[in-house]
Amino acid sequence: MSETATPVAMVNVQVDGEWKQFPKGTRLIEACMKSGKFIPHYCYHPKLSTPGNCRMCLVETGRPKMTPDRQPVLGADGRPEIAWGPKPEISCAAEVAEGMGVRTSSPLVEECRKGVMEFLLINHPLDCPICDQAGECRLQEFSVEFGKGESRFREEKVKKPKRVDIGERIVLDDERCIMCSRCIRFMQEVAHDDVLGFLNRGSHTTLSVYPGKRLDNNYSLNTVDICPVGALTSKDFRFKMRVWFLKETQTIDVSCGTGCNIVIGSRENIVYRITPRENEEVNSCWMPDSHRMNFHYLHSDERLVSPLVKGEEAPSKWTRALAGAAEKLQGRDPAKTALIASARMTNEELFLARRLASALKIENFDVLLRPQKGDGFLISDDGNPNTGGAKLLGLATGKLSEIARRVESGEITALIVLGEDAVDCGISEGALKKLEALVFAGILANKTSPHASVVLPTSAWAEKRGTMINIKGRIQRLNQAIQPPGQARDDWEVLRDLVQAVGGSNGVYSIEEVFKVMASETPALQGLTISRVGDLGLQLSLPA
Amino acid sequence: MVSLLPTPHPKERRIIFGNISKPGYSPDIETYLAHGGYESLKKALGMKPNEIIDMVKAANLRGRGGAGFPAGAKWSFIKYDDGKPHYIVVNADESEPGTFKDRYILHQDPHQLIEGLAIAAFATNVHLSYIYIRCEFPKAAKIVWEAIKEAKAKGFLGKNILGTGFDLDIYVHQGAGAYICGEETSLLESLEGKRPYPRIKPPYFPAVLGLYMKPTIVNNVETICHVKHILAMGPEEYAKMGTPGDGGTRTMCVSGDVQRPGFYEIPCGGVTLGELINDVCGGLKPGRTLKAVIPGGSSAKVLRAGETFKMKVKGPDGQMVEKEVPLLDLVMDASTLQAAGTMVGSGGVMIMDDTRDMVWALNNLNQFYAHESCGQCTPCREGSLWMSKVTTRIIDEGARPDDAKNLKNIADNIAGRTVCAFGEACSWPTQSFLAKFPDEFEKRVK
Repeated sequence: MSETATPVAMVNVQVDGEWKQFPKGTRLIEACMKSGKFIPHYCYHPKLSTPGNCRMCLVETGRPKMTPDRQPVLGADGRPEIAWGPKPEISCAAEVAEGMGVRTSSPLVEECRKGVMEFLLINHPLDCPICDQAGECRLQEFSVEFGKGESRFREEKVKKPKRVDIGERIVLDDERCIMCSRCIRFMQEVAHDDVLGFLNRGSHTTLSVYPGKRLDNNYSLNTVDICPVGALTSKDFRFKMRVWFLKETQTIDVSCGTGCNIVIGSRENIVYRITPRENEEVNSCWMPDSHRMNFHYLHSDERLVSPLVKGEEAPSKWTRALAGAAEKLQGRDPAKTALIASARMTNEELFLARRLASALKIENFDVLLRPQKGDGFLISDDGNPNTGGAKLLGLATGKLSEIARRVESGEITALIVLGEDAVDCGISEGALKKLEALVFAGILANKTSPHASVVLPTSAWAEKRGTMINIKGRIQRLNQAIQPPGQARDDWEVLRDLVQAVGGSNGVYSIEEVFKVMASETPALQGLTISRVGDLGLQLSLPA
Repeated sequence: MVSLLPTPHPKERRIIFGNISKPGYSPDIETYLAHGGYESLKKALGMKPNEIIDMVKAANLRGRGGAGFPAGAKWSFIKYDDGKPHYIVVNADESEPGTFKDRYILHQDPHQLIEGLAIAAFATNVHLSYIYIRCEFPKAAKIVWEAIKEAKAKGFLGKNILGTGFDLDIYVHQGAGAYICGEETSLLESLEGKRPYPRIKPPYFPAVLGLYMKPTIVNNVETICHVKHILAMGPEEYAKMGTPGDGGTRTMCVSGDVQRPGFYEIPCGGVTLGELINDVCGGLKPGRTLKAVIPGGSSAKVLRAGETFKMKVKGPDGQMVEKEVPLLDLVMDASTLQAAGTMVGSGGVMIMDDTRDMVWALNNLNQFYAHESCGQCTPCREGSLWMSKVTTRIIDEGARPDDAKNLKNIADNIAGRTVCAFGEACSWPTQSFLAKFPDEFEKRVK
């Protein structure tokens, strides 16, 4: 908030006997949460409208007792006396008001919660052992914490559709649905694709897609995230792994320039799912399906798992491969050597790539830009996640088409390709074949790798640490969720070793050190460290 | 068809039903005009809007839809010139079991409603109004549409009404068959073309954020009709017919085990329950004794024959004294029935004699509410069906020892915890039947 902003009026609210202050307009449920009082809820979601339908967040409320001339009656402590309401009130829809009182755990409130929990479970199939939501299910959690522990329901449950194929990536189990309408509201209010709705009424209410339509929107999987129960499940993740086995790693999506904040769920070096992580400055709570699903290639058979030196017996040892690459690159005419880096590389890698170019005195270097048509929401107009870093660190020179032309014409005879396919950069395979030296570092075999003199297998984004700068100039952190496969190594180490091999020691032994050196040489990063970037990133003041 | 007595019962005073079932009276505008129609509107158009609201307030007119909210107060929530469009929506979604008065007004005297509506609209700066008629009244919708056309042709509706510069258009909207649409905020949702889920209050009070999020008045058909008569006879005389705080007449729909079920228009507080049953309705069927009364539509709490109620009544010297009042001496007005723990509601009085099985009767109501729960909020959605399943099972298989206790607790977990008053409507029958007739449930235990 800027210093000139109008101060928000504060109101005094008594939360479980203690007076606290909240900005006017705060929702009561949020005020309670801020006071450390957890209010169980299903339908309420801070980013969606408030239907007030689950009734789980009922609390006791009161307003100040008034004298006949509308003045609050003050108690011995000088605070207003509270006239408690006869009925409980939903805290998600109420706003704080001056002199308001709230009881979050009174006998009445506990009775309300027990009642709602029992109601929610009477027609629920209780199929937790085969439900993907188990372990992160609000019904389970609140049942343990606020429920009765037993049901008095002796009648037949309502039968509803099971395993309903409602979209490309989503399966619906209507018997598990608690009709909180979060998914419906998300599709209306956030995705603006109003395909979900309820059919029938009463306890027979059934979530469904509009006749003839499908839940195929590119944001559909967010409904699975916000479904508090196991009604909506992801086809991709379904039955793959119990969630309590998943290791959660906070990192960022690298599918475009937005850099959605995400959590990787992995176990034993396999990524099972990706879910969005809240960051108000970047992606709120959401992410596109296409990006969320963009991880299966991490476990592809096409992964490069060992270094290779052309003409030598595979696999090579790293020392041999690095020495081979250095041999190929050293002693050449720098004017006949070029380097193609990638705006998918981290800042640290780009910084070291720039060092490599300097060590070899190469002036022909660039990155491949990926302008694209974004969706106006979370898919940006930049298909690269780190164009910002490539520009800041001087890698984006605009020379790529010139480089390609000169490779084609044979003027350039040695090429270093980092994390890209040279064919995508406008260089033909025929030209690649003719090169005297081609050093390739990357994670997947492509049209460049078969022609490489040396192939250096590196790490994918989920397998390493580092930083990137998104399209809005925000520096964000990647964290390592899994180990790279086979002998593949972290890119920055490979680049450091190459720099060392071609030009002597540069004395960095950890990625923190790389960042430190980079920050000291880059004004926009001055004073930063990887840890200061934090889980939510930092906005940079970048040169125009 | 339930028809009126050919001549009014001495306890009756026919204002709203003055022309209903009258030989030779037809719903067309010529007949209406021949009976003094649209004179109140002419009078109103010469008045100041706030004078009309003051008259309605002075008449002590309470809403006739069920909640009994003072109509004048409801209108004065609308700020006349706040620059926003205002709406009046007439709730003709008459679907409370035991209530069948509005359909006769719509079928037989639609201009009475249109005239009252035009007056109400003029008083509250409304230029667009809707009459929401339940799906099951297709004939009524047709008749009201026709009446609107007639009124427009005569200059009582449309642009520049009777040369006064006041504009009003009225549209009929037909529901799709849901009891919940009688709840005013769900009616508005339905009118907006959405699924009729009641809105949460706060913040969506119709007077503030009503139809299309604009200030809106929702009134019952009968309530709007009364406005015409308040203008015609003056608020003092109108109010005098009723009790203080509950002015005018009220149509009572009496159904069940009486000799002459039907509807009767009676001054508010003009009869006791005993007079209504034994005098107005001709008494119980031969050889039967009274068992129970539901006095204000199916949602009202049931009363048991022989019950007495402690309440403050006016003594012979005019002072209020506490007295034991027997059931049949209860005056049928809003405050007395409230003091007896129930309500006058929509005026649907259901009489049950000793041949009736109270568990069966409760199950009948429970099945209705389970069928009609909109399903928006948890307690009502799940609880109404659960209660219905329990009472059905009690009838089919006999009761378990803990059924009565559980039923009461289920109802307690619904009432007061839902989005709308349906929560109370569906739980009050269970709560009151169990409290008043525990023996009938006990004898079902296997």
